[in-house]
Amino acid sequence: MSWIGRSLPRLEDPSLLMGRGRYVADLARGAASVKFVRSPVAAGRILSIDVPDGELVFTAADLDGVKPICPILHRPDYIAVEQPILAKDRVMFCGQALAVVVAEDQGLAEDLAEEVYADIDAEDAIVDMEAALAEGAVAVHAHAPGNVLVEGVLRSPGLDAAFADAAEIVTLDLRSGRQSAMPLEGRGGVAQYDRISGRVTLYASVQMPHMLRTGLADVLQIPEADLRVVAPDVGGGFGQKMSLFPEYVALVWLARKLERDVAWIEDRRENFLASSHSRDQSFHVRGAFAKDGTLLGIDADLKSNVGAFSCYPVTCGVEPLMALAELPGPYKVPEYGVRSRGVTTNTGMMAPYRGVSRPMLTLTMERMMDVAARRLGIDPIEIRRRNLIDSFPHRSPTGLVYDEGSYKEAMDRAVAAIDLTGFRARQKEARAAGRYLGIGFSVFSERTGYGTPAYAARGMNIVPGYEIVSCAMDPSGFVEARIGSSPHGQGLKTALAQLIADELGVEPGKIKVFSGDTDATPYGWGTFASRSMVIAGGACKLAAGKVATRLRSVAAVMMQASEDHIVLEDGLARVTGTNQSLPIPEVARAAYHQSHRFPQSGPGLIENATYDPGGTFSNACHACIVEVDIETGGVKIERFIVAEDAGLLINPMIVDGQIHGGVAQGIANALFEELIYDETGNLLTVSLADYLPPTMAEVPTIEIEHLETVSDATITKAKGVGEGGAIGAPAAIINAMVDALSPFGIEIVRMPATPQYIRKLIREAERDAHG
Amino acid sequence: MKPASFDYIRPGSRAEILAALAAHGDDGKILAGGQSLVAAMNFRLARPEVLIDINGTKDLDYLQPSGDSLAIGALTRHAAFHKPVVDGPLGPLLAKVVRNIAHYPIRQRGTFTGSLAHADPASEWCLVATTLDAEMLIVNAEGERRCRAGDFFKGTFTTAVGAQDLLAEVRLPLLDDGWRSGFYEFSRRAGDFALAMSLAALKLENGRITEARLGVGGVADRAIRLHALENELAGKAPSRELFEDVAASAKAAIKPSEDIHASADYRRDLIRTVVLRALTEAAA
Ligand SMILES: Cc1cc2nc3c(=O)[nH]c(=O)nc-3n(C[C@H](O)[C@H](O)[C@H](O)COP(=O)(O)OP(=O)(O)OC[C@H]3O[C@@H](n4cnc5c(N)ncnc54)[C@H](O)[C@@H]3O)c2cc1C
Repeated sequence: MSWIGRSLPRLEDPSLLMGRGRYVADLARGAASVKFVRSPVAAGRILSIDVPDGELVFTAADLDGVKPICPILHRPDYIAVEQPILAKDRVMFCGQALAVVVAEDQGLAEDLAEEVYADIDAEDAIVDMEAALAEGAVAVHAHAPGNVLVEGVLRSPGLDAAFADAAEIVTLDLRSGRQSAMPLEGRGGVAQYDRISGRVTLYASVQMPHMLRTGLADVLQIPEADLRVVAPDVGGGFGQKMSLFPEYVALVWLARKLERDVAWIEDRRENFLASSHSRDQSFHVRGAFAKDGTLLGIDADLKSNVGAFSCYPVTCGVEPLMALAELPGPYKVPEYGVRSRGVTTNTGMMAPYRGVSRPMLTLTMERMMDVAARRLGIDPIEIRRRNLIDSFPHRSPTGLVYDEGSYKEAMDRAVAAIDLTGFRARQKEARAAGRYLGIGFSVFSERTGYGTPAYAARGMNIVPGYEIVSCAMDPSGFVEARIGSSPHGQGLKTALAQLIADELGVEPGKIKVFSGDTDATPYGWGTFASRSMVIAGGACKLAAGKVATRLRSVAAVMMQASEDHIVLEDGLARVTGTNQSLPIPEVARAAYHQSHRFPQSGPGLIENATYDPGGTFSNACHACIVEVDIETGGVKIERFIVAEDAGLLINPMIVDGQIHGGVAQGIANALFEELIYDETGNLLTVSLADYLPPTMAEVPTIEIEHLETVSDATITKAKGVGEGGAIGAPAAIINAMVDALSPFGIEIVRMPATPQYIRKLIREAERDAHG
Repeated sequence: MKPASFDYIRPGSRAEILAALAAHGDDGKILAGGQSLVAAMNFRLARPEVLIDINGTKDLDYLQPSGDSLAIGALTRHAAFHKPVVDGPLGPLLAKVVRNIAHYPIRQRGTFTGSLAHADPASEWCLVATTLDAEMLIVNAEGERRCRAGDFFKGTFTTAVGAQDLLAEVRLPLLDDGWRSGFYEFSRRAGDFALAMSLAALKLENGRITEARLGVGGVADRAIRLHALENELAGKAPSRELFEDVAASAKAAIKPSEDIHASADYRRDLIRTVVLRALTEAAA
C-alpha cells in the first residue's frame, strides 16, 4: 500500500488550526522591543540625526565593523550596490531605516522613535522607470549612471528575417503595477544572547535560515558557529522572506552589543514600506506571425523596476533575468531577441515574489496569441495549438530544456471543462441583454525544482540548488528527517513523510521532519522557486532509500534470508514468499543495540543524501469566465478552472491548496493589489485600507483538473507546483475581460485592471465611437 | 502600531460620561465601538489623553420607535440592524444598507451613532441620516440641543459635536407604507468603504412619485442630499428616462473628491450609475 498519491490531512494542521502555532511574535516575551526609525523622504542627504540622551538609540555611526549588504552577480552588465544596515550619509527610499531604538515594550519603543529627529536635505526622487532612464537623469547610485544595474541582451541571427517575412506583427506595451507578496505574518525576529557561550540565536520569520546565517555572519564579520538561526512557524513568505534584510543584521548586532534579548516584530505599514516589492514591470514586445498563425519570432524590450537596492542573495537580476530567460514559455519561438533591464529608483527594493516575472511573461504571450488570432482570423485555441511545444525534450531559444509535459492536453481539458461552445451561446444572449461576459485562457509552463546548474548559469556568486537530507530511523522505529528546506505553510512535512513512508514501510505519523533550525538541520537553501518537493523530496527519497537498505540488511541477518528478499511494508520487514516477518522497530533496535551482529552494515540507521537535479517543467492551462459591469468597471469572476500537470502528485490536496492560494494571488495581481508611490517617492498605500488583497468574496470556487505526466527529470516523478496559480491566473482574467469588452475594441494594457482603469477605457472608447 | 499612552475611564452612567467630557475637554475622547478610533490611535493619528469608554453605560443601547421616528441610542451596534428593526419600509431599508458596512465582526462592535460622530464621507449611516434628514440629540454637562442632519455634518470627520459633547441619540423618520427605497453602493471589495453610493426613497401613489428623497455618499467631504432632484422627481411617473435624467443631473451637480481608487472623472461616472440603480431599485 502506497502513501504517495493520497490526500492525507496535513500533519502540521492540528497545532496551527488550534492556535498552537509558534510564530516569532510568540517567542518575543521577555525581550526588549526594537523599533526602526525610518526615512520620511525618498532621496536626500542626511545632515544630522538628533537622538535623545541616555536612551538606547543607534545610528550608522555606531555600527563600526558592520559591512553593508552587497550581493554579487558575475556578469559584466551587473553593477553591485551596497545597502547599509542603517542609512549612512544618504537616504535612498522612503522607509529606509535611519536609526534603531530599544525600549522595554513596543509602545515605549514607538514613543522613543518619535524623539529621533533626522535632518535630511531632501532631493528630487527618481520614482518610475521612465524618469530613471531619461536622458541626463540623476544617478540613484553615483557609480551607476544611467540607472541600469543589470542588463541582459540576446539576439538570434534570424530575428530580422522572421519579422521581414511576417504576415502580421503584433506589438504590445504592457505594464504591471508594483505589488507586495504580503504574507499574513510580516517580518520579525527575536535575537537571544547567551551569556555563557556568547552565541546568538535568531528566531526569524524567514524562508532561508541557513542562507540568513551565512549572510549575517559575513556582514557582521563573525564566525557562523557563533550564530544559530531558527525559522519557527512562518505565516507565509511567497519570496518576501528570502532576503537578508538590514533589520536582522541590526537585531543580532544589538543582542551582542547589549548582551540581552531583543525583538522586532514588524507591523503592516512597515512591511509595505520597508520589506520587498515586486512586479513593477514594463514590457514592449513585438511578435512576428505567419499567415497560418505560426509564431516566427519575438523581439522584446523588458524593464523591471528593482528599487533602491539589490536583494541578497538572489540580487536584482531575479526579475529581469527570469524575464529574459523565460518569455517564450510554452511556445515554440524560433527566433528570439530580448533586452531586459533592471532599473534602479528611489523606491523599495524588489525581491522575488511567487511567480517572479512570469505573471507578466504569461500575460504577454497570452495577449499575443489572442491578438494575433483576432487579426489573422484564427480561433484563439487553434492558434495556441499551432504554437505550443509538443516534442520533448524541447530546447528553448534561451537553452532551457523542457521535459515531457501536456501543454495541448491541459488546454483541451480546460476548454472542455469550461464548455467553450456553450459559453459562446450564453455570451451572445447576455450581450443582447446588455451584459458583458467574457472568457479567457492562459497556457503556461512553470520551471521548477532546478538545481545548481541553473543558478550557476545566471552568474550568481552564491549558487543555490542542492539539498542535503539526513534521515535516521531511531531505535524505536520512528524516523527523523532533517532537511535544509524550510517550509512556511505549504504542508511539505506531510508530503515528505508520505515519500519516506513508502521507502521505509512505516506510516507517515511515525516520521518527524525537522526544518528551519541551523543547529539541527544540514546546510540547505530553504523553500522558494517551487523547489522543495522536487529537491528536498528527492533527497529524502534517496536518504530514506539508503536507510531502507540498511534496515533490509539487518533484517536479512536476523531472519537468515537474503537481503533481496526483504520488503518493508506496513511496519514490517517481510521475507517475500514466506510468512516470516519482524516488526520494523525490532529490526531498528537491533541495528543500534546489537550492531556486533551486523558487521557488514555497521551500527545504526543513519544516512545522508544529496539531490541536485537539473529541473523540470510543470504546465497548466487556466480558463475563466468573467462579467464586466461596464458602468462601474467592476469585474466578477464567475468560473475559474485550472487544468494542471505537476507530474506525480504526492499529496493531491496539498497541490490543490497551492493552486488555490496562487490563483488568489493571481486575482490580486490582475484586479486588486498595487503599491502606489506619489511623484515624490512617498508610498501612499501603507495599510490594508488602500492595498487591497482579494477576500473570500472576490475569490471564486477554483475548479481543478489534474493531469499527471511523468518524466524522468526527477527521481520522485513529482514536479514543482508552488507558483503556477499566481503565474497563470492574471493572463486568463485579463484575456477574459478583453473578450467581455470586445464590442468596445478595448485593449487592456496594465495590471491591476482596476474599476477606474476599465471605466476609463470604456469612456474613451465611447467617446471615440461618438466622434 | 501601538498607540501613544493614554488614561482610560469607564463611566457607568450618562451623567458620569458628561462629567468626564466636561473635565477632560479637548484631551478626552469617547470610545464607542472603537472600530475607527482605535485604528487611528494605533497609527498615532489620534492621541487622546483620556479615553472615555461609554460601553459600560448599557442604557445607551436601545432602538425605540417613538412618535413618527425611530430613536437610536449611542451604543446601538451596526449588527442590531441586520434584521428589520421597525415595521414599515424603514426597517428593511436599514437592513439592506447595513450589509454594506464593513464585515460581520466589525458590525458587532461599531455603533450607528459612532459612525455619525466620526463622519467618514463614505459612511453608509451618514448617507442614511443625510438623505432622511435625521435629527440628532447632542448633550453635554450644560444641557442639550437638537440639530438636523443638514446642519450636523460639517465636512470630513467634522460635525456639530464638540469636544465636550455626547451624541446621545439619533432619530430617523419612520416611513409610512407608501415609501419604497433603493440603495446601491460600489466599492472595490466586499466590505470596503464606498467609492460611491446612493440612497433613494420614493413615495408612490397611483403610479406617481409624490415625494422623493435622494442622497449620494462617498463622493465628497460629506454625504449630499439632492434637494433639487427630489423636486424634479416629485409629481412624475417613474420611468427609465426620468431616472436617466436625474442621474445625469446628479453627475453634473456634484464636484467629486479624488483619491487613489477613484479619479474625479471616474467618480462622476459612478455617481450617475449609483443614482440610477438606487432609483431603479426603489421603483421596481
Ligand atoms: C475594516 C473596516 C472597514 C470598515 N468599513 C466601513 C464601511 O464600509 N462603512 C462605514 O460606515 N464604516 C466602516 N468602518 C467603520 C465602522 O463602521 C466604525 O464602527 C464606525 O465608523 C465608528 O463607530 P464606532 O462605534 O466604532 O466609533 P469609535 O471608533 O469608537 O469612535 C469614532 C469617533 O467617534 C467618536 N464618537 C463615537 N461615539 C460618539 C458619541 N456617541 N458621541 C460623540 N462622539 C462619539 C469617537 O470619540 C471617535 O472620535 C469600517 C471599519 C473597519 C475597521
